[in-house]
This record gives sequence, structure tokens and C-alpha cells, in this order.
Amino acid sequence: MSSFWSIFISVITLGTILGCFLLLRWCLKNMTGVEEGDDMHHEFDGIVEINNPLPRWWTIMFYVTIVWGIIYLALYPGLGNFAGLLGWKSSNQDVQSLEESRAATKQALENGELVEYDRQMQQAEERFGPIFEAYAKRDVTDLANDPEALKVGQRLFLQNCAQCHGSDARGMRGFPNLTDDAWLYGGNPEQIRTTLLQGRQGVMPGWIDSYGEKGIKEVVAYTLSLSGRKVDPELAEAGKSRFAACTACHGQDGKGNYAMGAPNLTDNIWLYGGSEKAVTETLTHGRNGVMPAWEKILGEDKIHLLTAYVYSLSQEQ
Amino acid sequence: MKNVHEIIEKNTGLLAILILVVISFGALVEIAPLMFQRQVTEPVEGLKPYTALELEGRDIYIREGCVGCHSQMIRPFRSETERYGHYSVAGESVWERPFLWGSKRTGPDLARVGGRYSDEWHRVHLMDPRAVVPESNMPGFPWLAENTLDGELTAKKMQVFRDFGVPYTDEDIAGATEAVKGKTEMQALIAYLQSLGTALN
Repeated sequence: MSSFWSIFISVITLGTILGCFLLLRWCLKNMTGVEEGDDMHHEFDGIVEINNPLPRWWTIMFYVTIVWGIIYLALYPGLGNFAGLLGWKSSNQDVQSLEESRAATKQALENGELVEYDRQMQQAEERFGPIFEAYAKRDVTDLANDPEALKVGQRLFLQNCAQCHGSDARGMRGFPNLTDDAWLYGGNPEQIRTTLLQGRQGVMPGWIDSYGEKGIKEVVAYTLSLSGRKVDPELAEAGKSRFAACTACHGQDGKGNYAMGAPNLTDNIWLYGGSEKAVTETLTHGRNGVMPAWEKILGEDKIHLLTAYVYSLSQEQ
Repeated sequence: MKNVHEIIEKNTGLLAILILVVISFGALVEIAPLMFQRQVTEPVEGLKPYTALELEGRDIYIREGCVGCHSQMIRPFRSETERYGHYSVAGESVWERPFLWGSKRTGPDLARVGGRYSDEWHRVHLMDPRAVVPESNMPGFPWLAENTLDGELTAKKMQVFRDFGVPYTDEDIAGATEAVKGKTEMQALIAYLQSLGTALN
């Protein structure tokens, strides 16, 4: 803040406090020309006005408020650039980026400044940091058998993941069920961690332009036949030759590919619905499932616990 | 001494004026200096102006009264930042007119909702919130998927924002109508939501 504004604020703030004090003193003077306690010669309907002074308790409160204000301004930031004797501030409001924010926190800590938010975070870090650190050192498969760790993981899941995958992690149409053993990008701890950290972008293209409606119908029949569904054998046979293009992602046998996030088509588990209509829709217009990246939001330690929690869900069966 | 106090007591017009004078001291100290501070006039490093589609989405956010139930202001408390991310700073809001900080949280804060969910999640959720969050009490907004934008006023809106100091380029404004025409209100609103809070990085 420039010194002009600093002085501007200080002068007006202190000036108004002084003004309040003088106004109070002025109002306490008897200016009516009538002795205190005497009749003011105002009468209406039998009610008379007496010249009473301001109530004492009220006057004292007023003085207390003024003193309070001065003490407050001495201790806390209020007068322009004067930081207050306590050096207290709520947060680092003038940061321009997360990097600056971290730097400001670090600097305040080194200089022993009292930033309320940083203090809160530091207290939490001292209390919870070692717990997360201990968990971070342990293997995901180990944590998946630790009920305490899973409780923390479940909290994180309910807070951040349940919006899409449901509080029971069974998902819904378009949002994968995490409790079964069907995985788009793989279900071992390392794969789950990568999914959580970096997110995933599913890319199933639409095929209507290349296949036409009839072609789509054939491929749908063949796709459904892969999981043992009853289909028109002629259509399925015709679809089989067209399926060659699909094998690039879904594999020769249609069992999918974790590297591409291509689902297994033979297990009769359908992210976007397994009805003929739903599969036709998927093939016609494609699908673009998105798993957001959580590294920046949650950080690695929490994601480690979440990985263990998600991993444990599919291990229960 | 003459009883000056009596004059004020008996002239309510004068009393009102004097009250305004007293209150204005507060505004002079609390509001006026802020308008000249770097931290409330300079954008944070990553701040970009809303795209045409995001800008239209913002107007839909205003029209549907989202601000009545959702704040966009993460306060510097651990209990908030654990859930929502880094606390909001003034430099993120320098181009917000009007600001949509809100003061009521029937639903969660949205200041950093951008990137947290997929577009598809937002679409399903806006159509019928209970389809994805069973305990939600948010109303559905299915008509957003049916209404399309014509983009007639988009360029004009961007021009007005530019007059207020938002750095839109001539190309931004020239392409505004084209960028939103035919898009649904749903797409615009989701684009806006996905942009929220991403400037501080």
C-alpha cells in the first residue's frame, strides 16, 4: 500500500475515533438551560419530559468501545501499513499463483510471522502429517488390509469420488463400478494410482460415418455375441469382418486393452448400458468418458490412501 | 450555549444527512483505498478472460439464480481449503462484473469446481442431480439442454467487458457469435463451470 493511502486510512480512522470521543463529551454537556432532573416544560397527554443525562451504563459502554477500538488497532492490522503489534494476518491475500502462495507461506514461517491460515495448516500438518507419512511408506496391498487406513481412505472417497462413482463405489451408467474386477485402465495398485493422479480420457470414436446404419447393426450383433448374447447369426457373421477395425483397441478376442482404456467386450459388463439400443448408441456416436486428474487437488499422500481404498473394494469379493 | 442538539433532533432531514456523513467515513476507509490496491486490481498470473461460450454460461448461471445456493468464495480456513482447494484471492476476481461470490451455501462452494468433474457428469447432474448424487436437494435444469444460443448479444457483451478493462482481442469479439451460435445453454454453463478457479495455478 502506498504511504498516501496508509496515511489516509490512519488519519480518518483515528480521526473518527477522536470524533466519537468529542461527540460523546459534547452530548454529555447540559445545553438545555434546565437543571438536571428538572421539568423540561414539555407535556403531552399528561406525560412530562425530565432533563435526564445519558444513562451512566451507556456512557461507560461508549468509553469502553473507544478504548477497545484503540487497543484493537494497536494489536491488529487496521491502520494502513502498520501491521499491528501482534503481526497477525489472516492469509496471504496478495499472491499471484500457487507457487507464490507456497513461497509466501514459507517466508512467513521463516520470519516467524503470524499468518492465521498458515498456523492452522501447520497445526494440522503436525498432527496429521506423520499419520499420512506413515501410510505413504506402506505398500498399497498392505494398507488395503488395514481397517484404520481404509477408514481414512473411505472419507476421502466420499468427499471427492462419490459424486460420480456413488457412495457405495458401484458407479452408474457412464461412471464405472469400482467394486467389480472389470477395469478399463487396469486394477493393480500402480494402475489405479496413475488413474487417480493423472486422470483418464476415454476415446471411443463414432462409427456411423464409416459403417452406415446397416454396418452398425452388424457390428452391434457381433459385439453382443462376444459375451454370449443371443443375436441374429447372419448379422453377427457380417459384423465379424467389420470388427477388424475394433481390434486395434479392443483386441483380437475383444477382451480389451488397459493401455487404451478399451473395455473388455466379453464379460457382459457395460459402462454405458448393454441393451442393443445402448450399444448401438455407443457405436454410432462414440463415447468420451473422462476421469479428472486429482494430483493437484489431493496430493500424492492422500491419493496413496485412496488407491489403497479403491484397490480394497475389488479385493473383497 | 445554544441547544444545537435540539436542531438536529427536530430536523430528520438534517439528521439523515449527518448519519450519511458519518457512515461515509467507513466507506472512505474500507472501500476507497481498496480500489487502488495492486492485489485487487491486478489479475493473478493465470487469469484468462472468459471465452464467448463461458461468458454466455456465466449469464445463464446468473439467470438461473445459482448464486443463491452456491458461493464462489473459499475462505482461508483449513476446513474449507481441505474440501475446495486454495482459498480465493482478490486477483482472481478482478474481471468479475458483477462478482458472484455469493453468501449462501445450500450447495457446495463452486469457486474451484473447474476440472473436478467431467463434462458428462455435469450434464447428467444438471439434468437430474439425484441421478448421480442421491441425497442432493438441488433442482434439475433439464431445459438448458433444449435451449440453444443465438449469440446475437455475445459480441456486444464482450465489448462492454473490454471497455471495463478485460483484455479481449478484436478476433475474440469478431468470432464471438460464431463461437456460441447453435450451442445449447447446457454446453455454455458447463464450459463456464469448468473454467472456475483454474486461474490460480
